[in-house]
Amino acid sequence: MSILVDKNTRVICQGITGSGGGAFHTKGCLDYGTKMVGGTSPGKGGTKDANGLPVFDTVEQAVRALGATASMIFVPPPFAADAICEAAAAGIKLIVAITEGIPVLDMVKARSYLAGYPDVILVGPNCPGVITPGECKIGIMPGYIHQPPAAGKKNVGIVSRSGTLTYEAVWQTTQMGFAQSTCVGIGGDPVKGLEFIDVIRMFQNDPQTDAIIMIGEIGGTAEEQAAAFIKDHVTKPVAGFIAGRTAPPGKRMGHAGAIISGGEGTAESKIAAMRRAGIVVADSPADMGKALMQAAKK
Amino acid sequence: MKIHEYQARELLSKAGIPVPPAGVVETADAARDAFIRNGLPVQVIKAQVFAGGRGKAGFVKLVKSADEAYQAAHFMLNNRMISVQTGPEGIAVKKLLIAAAVDIAHEYYVGLVLDRAKSGVTVMASAEGGVEIETVAEKNPEAIIRRTMHPTIGLMPFEARNIALGMGLTGKQAAVTADVLLKLSRFFVQYDCSIAEINPLVLTKTGEIMAIDAKLNFDDNAMFRHPDLQAMKDDTETDPLEVRAAAANLNYIKLDGDIACLVNGAGLAMSTMDVIGLHGGKPANFLDVGGGVKKEGAIEAFRILLSDKKVRGILVNIFGGIARCDLIAEALIQAGKEVGFRVPVVVRLEGTNVEKAREMLAAARGDLPTLQSATDLNDAARKIVAAAAA
Repeated sequence: MSILVDKNTRVICQGITGSGGGAFHTKGCLDYGTKMVGGTSPGKGGTKDANGLPVFDTVEQAVRALGATASMIFVPPPFAADAICEAAAAGIKLIVAITEGIPVLDMVKARSYLAGYPDVILVGPNCPGVITPGECKIGIMPGYIHQPPAAGKKNVGIVSRSGTLTYEAVWQTTQMGFAQSTCVGIGGDPVKGLEFIDVIRMFQNDPQTDAIIMIGEIGGTAEEQAAAFIKDHVTKPVAGFIAGRTAPPGKRMGHAGAIISGGEGTAESKIAAMRRAGIVVADSPADMGKALMQAAKK
Repeated sequence: MKIHEYQARELLSKAGIPVPPAGVVETADAARDAFIRNGLPVQVIKAQVFAGGRGKAGFVKLVKSADEAYQAAHFMLNNRMISVQTGPEGIAVKKLLIAAAVDIAHEYYVGLVLDRAKSGVTVMASAEGGVEIETVAEKNPEAIIRRTMHPTIGLMPFEARNIALGMGLTGKQAAVTADVLLKLSRFFVQYDCSIAEINPLVLTKTGEIMAIDAKLNFDDNAMFRHPDLQAMKDDTETDPLEVRAAAANLNYIKLDGDIACLVNGAGLAMSTMDVIGLHGGKPANFLDVGGGVKKEGAIEAFRILLSDKKVRGILVNIFGGIARCDLIAEALIQAGKEVGFRVPVVVRLEGTNVEKAREMLAAARGDLPTLQSATDLNDAARKIVAAAAA
């Protein structure tokens, strides 16, 4: 068990031949063992990509021919929101949008479009993707740092707004003898698909996940909402970290969503809400593994 | 992206929103001429800079004659403006706005803002304008009307009418305000705004509704489809190192500390700053070199960090995923040879090709006398804070 993806997930890549990462990371996912079955690239239908996978003009064609249920999107920003909607309309159930730099109002429209497909799950955009170690990697994370579940190991589920901080948490928990059930990068954009609460609910309901790490950052109030949810509904140990304590207000810190505005979205407010909910919050990103150990002992 | 007040007025005026007549001048003579041409008894001259605190610094002035207009303009164009937001060296003023001063009967607020919790756009309005809306929200939240805008249809005329009536306006003034709201909401969508607020929107003593000041922020991700906004970009008040970093595709923000950092990934870059703070240091910058960084970009990153004279140490923190540790090591070695590290450098590498990177750095020890390596992020922060203080 795991959440979102497993060894049977059949994945296509939208933008499979592109230099925006589609070609490179399709190979990376294949090498990891993901069931990559093909992809799309408008105008290149009927050809094969560098790995010999079939390329289609549309997602609808790819779904019909390959039975794909998940899509990894590397389409460039001006066309990416359209690609998300295309995947939903074609019957894809899990859409993982890696693309960084999609106009926010495009995402507002895409979210509105997806409301017509309530069984479709969007992860991202501007995210590293989703991985169930040893089974399926959809995204750009380095696979080898992960530890697949094994006898005698506790499994942690990780959810994060940041890519590299997720790797940091994976690395630390692997070093400390944990395995990971699933790691989900929800992305650094202000308007996106899955939020912390959605993923944490899935982890709580997943029998294989023993503990949870949530990694947030400044901007918005999603961490505060997740903390309130955890307090009321989560029985598993939860550790966390918030990036951006030293970030000045009003400046966008790399991620489009990482900005303190109007006094809202500060690290202090998030950390306080998480601690009130019983989450063990690490002061240093180097101590996320230790915080998990501490949470697990509670 | 930010634009100047005079540019915002032009854009809103073009969108059909009433603004008082105004002109932009670059000399004191032109200010005198503009005063005469406008033909109004009282006018206001405002320095066109991004920094706030203009009024207190004497860079917003009411003038009542052509001579006063000349004097005020002469002062603003020949003195650097110093305010809490500019730092002690101040900033030069190149452009002035000269506008009709209006007799204000009441100040209102209307605005639209991206609402991330709702994945949509929220329309806000209040009869308590002229102060920051955040202050109203804190002290008197019931005084703010909020409506979520339909994501594809936009604001409906009836919604705009209801909001205007809710602000306490009636008759013709309510109709004009509803029209302003509709036009502002269309402007928001057309120009990919993240914030578009008119504050204050005033009712004049002669019964007119007018936009006196506006704050417009645009979504950086959407700039590719707005060449007209790109043309308005003014970097003169941006830190030169930030301008240089942007040209090299580096995500760099200058801060006021003395420990520089070079990191891959925005979240890790922010936390690296935090760890420096946690160990008693002050970060000199935010820098995310990104996953796809090439050697030349990484070398330029080191050059930028080293050209900040305040910097007393550099912390390199790389968790190689897409970014490869060996590439960063190569850039570090070349930057060391080319510019020389005048300050201590602490390196913490993990992830893709880390072994190769460690070998390269060990082999180049002779060229990098100030280099130390660290085992993890806490160790790295401790070492750089200690070395920079020494």
